[in-house]
Amino acid sequence: MPEMATTEPHEGRAPMDMLRFATAGSVDDGKSTLIGRLLLDSKAIFEDQLEAVESTSQSKGYSYTDLALLTDGLRSEREQGITIDVAYRYFATPSRKFIIADTPGHIQYTRNMVTGASTADLGLVLVDARHGLTEQSRRHAVLLSLLRVPHLVLAVNKMDLVDWDEKVYEKIHNEFTQFATKLNVPDLEVIPISALQGDNVVNRSENTPWYHGPTLMHHLEHVHVASDRDLQDVRFPVQYVIRPKSDEYHDYRGYAGQVAGGVLKPGDEVVALPSGLPSRIKKIELFDKEIPEAFPPMSVTVHLEDDIDVSRGDMIARPKNAPKPSQDIDAMICWMTNEPLRPRQKLAIKHTTRTGRAMVKDVQYRLDINTLHRDQEAGELGLNEIGRVQLRTTVPLLCDPYSKNRTTGSFILIDEATGVTVGAGMINSGS
Amino acid sequence: MTQTHADYQLSQLDQLEAESIHIFREVASEFEKPVLLFSGGKDSIVMLRLAEKAFFPAKVPFPLMQVDTGLDFAEVLETRDNWVNRLGVRMIVASVDDAIANGVVVDDGKTSRNRLQIGTLLNAIEEHGFTAAFGGGRRDEEKARAKERVYSHRDDFGQWDPKNQRPELWSLYNGRIHAGEHMRIFPLSNWTELDIWHYIGREGIEIPSIYYAHERDVIKRDGMWLSVSDAVQPRDGETVERKLVRFRTVGDKSLTGSVESEADTIEKIIDEIAVARVTERGATRGDDKFSEAAMEDRKKEGYF
Repeated sequence: MPEMATTEPHEGRAPMDMLRFATAGSVDDGKSTLIGRLLLDSKAIFEDQLEAVESTSQSKGYSYTDLALLTDGLRSEREQGITIDVAYRYFATPSRKFIIADTPGHIQYTRNMVTGASTADLGLVLVDARHGLTEQSRRHAVLLSLLRVPHLVLAVNKMDLVDWDEKVYEKIHNEFTQFATKLNVPDLEVIPISALQGDNVVNRSENTPWYHGPTLMHHLEHVHVASDRDLQDVRFPVQYVIRPKSDEYHDYRGYAGQVAGGVLKPGDEVVALPSGLPSRIKKIELFDKEIPEAFPPMSVTVHLEDDIDVSRGDMIARPKNAPKPSQDIDAMICWMTNEPLRPRQKLAIKHTTRTGRAMVKDVQYRLDINTLHRDQEAGELGLNEIGRVQLRTTVPLLCDPYSKNRTTGSFILIDEATGVTVGAGMINSGS
Repeated sequence: MTQTHADYQLSQLDQLEAESIHIFREVASEFEKPVLLFSGGKDSIVMLRLAEKAFFPAKVPFPLMQVDTGLDFAEVLETRDNWVNRLGVRMIVASVDDAIANGVVVDDGKTSRNRLQIGTLLNAIEEHGFTAAFGGGRRDEEKARAKERVYSHRDDFGQWDPKNQRPELWSLYNGRIHAGEHMRIFPLSNWTELDIWHYIGREGIEIPSIYYAHERDVIKRDGMWLSVSDAVQPRDGETVERKLVRFRTVGDKSLTGSVESEADTIEKIIDEIAVARVTERGATRGDDKFSEAAMEDRKKEGYF
């Protein structure tokens, strides 16, 4: 084990940092090969796993070990040779732990891509250098941008098959950069690689003297994600009220939850929503210790100076910086079930720790994620379609625009009869 | 008070802890009758530690349940009892022997105890009316788990339908179930084996002594070092050897193999795992060996 200088004593040698990234691309783009390589080179694949894949490859009569088998988890998928669901993979380097949300690239699985991107700090889109940007790679970039994944990497793969031609890379780079101006892509890196041979994946390639950017692994290890969190606007959705009802903690009443935004400190003036009652933070606890401040994504327990009525679903914010309780919600919705979303439809809605019911008032437009065209005549959203929708909710939501806060700006829709999650929403505004 | 965070960065273990605590509180809020499936192994101990932290200073607001195969290591039961006594939680034991005696499951002499646990567990969940059951599964363990949700829906028969899973977005968990169904909850989904060990080391919490290297009488069977006990006796051609070993997982004595090891501290265990070339299941779990899809099949039937 190499020595790691960046660790704090109490963590031992655990990597200090974490990056969640979503990958998109089809089998043909070499996505499975790339993931296989990242896992292999970081030693996240064990001999027994590799042996199982080798023996399967042999029994299928392949002449090479099919690394895609490493990531195709379910037997039904292996039989069909396609990936049908989001799979999560893990690897670590001395400085960072990585969680990959590996999503299938086929058009019918938009909902999986949206799911994988919802928690990602970075999106990795693969293109085949021989084919350039395809409809599918554009679509992936649109979805990542819609989900406000703050960092985007375009990996131009199979550069070995175009003789490491700088012009091929430049053309894709320029075309994509131009396309990205229509999207919300705060940070973009375009990297020429060969996943099969490992060029510019972990090690810098000798075949690309014209390329001066980072290798993929170097970029994944060093991309700065800490500043992606909102540390300005205090948002603390109350999740659970801790009342021990024991002699020792007779009057104890703590509001437990995960900080969704801002920095909370004892002494801060706060307001409880939706009641609007003011108070001050008395103390903040993490397990059995008092802590001087809490910030995202810490799970803590907050105590208030005043005995006001606060319960699950409420939110603690600052008096001059609080979301306005809203029952009319304007949002982008990704629809995830066969039965279409239509006006007047009633659904259950879950937003932060708050649950209520919602009625669809209007489907304003359906977004064509290939052309970005807005179809205002659509009137409904089918499976894997995305559109702008107006909802009326039974309970006021304490929400922010998704562009400001991915936690307080998102919600899910649930079919009340089946209990299934049928929609994912990103709030534009509430009123 | 602890130090102020200058850069507002949470370490990855703190991030994992915060995420798991969030899951525990969410389940305790939204489910009528949760239960924590507690084996006494390292993962379930980390789960219990996180539950302790999530509700402190209140007691953990749900009981623990163990499926007793009758073949558990004594050291594991001892650690289990220490945790239960310290936290003052209720412990339910669902016994495979009782389930066999009551005809809930059938011991045909060929089926492993681990497999008989499935029927015993599902029966106990139904009998007690539990609506959510926390399990210590991690997505890095096995390919089928890699695709499983944190909230994993189980039908009337306790079965998992991998092709019909609910999408799970952000940290918004959907806990809706119908009468008779239940949800398996995996708060350690995003933890790796190494994370578990780093966390045990950092928290300084008790785990069964058999995780640390110790001398033991073992025999080699199916490529694993099995511990000689009432459940495992040498067969013809097998010889008993005294070896320095430790267990990477703790389960049924008749199936759980040990590995040769000198790692007698957490630090040494972490070093050992960091260079290990075989997964913990591959190394020591006889029940996963029978086919590549063994885990997927058992999960569909309602395995942990």
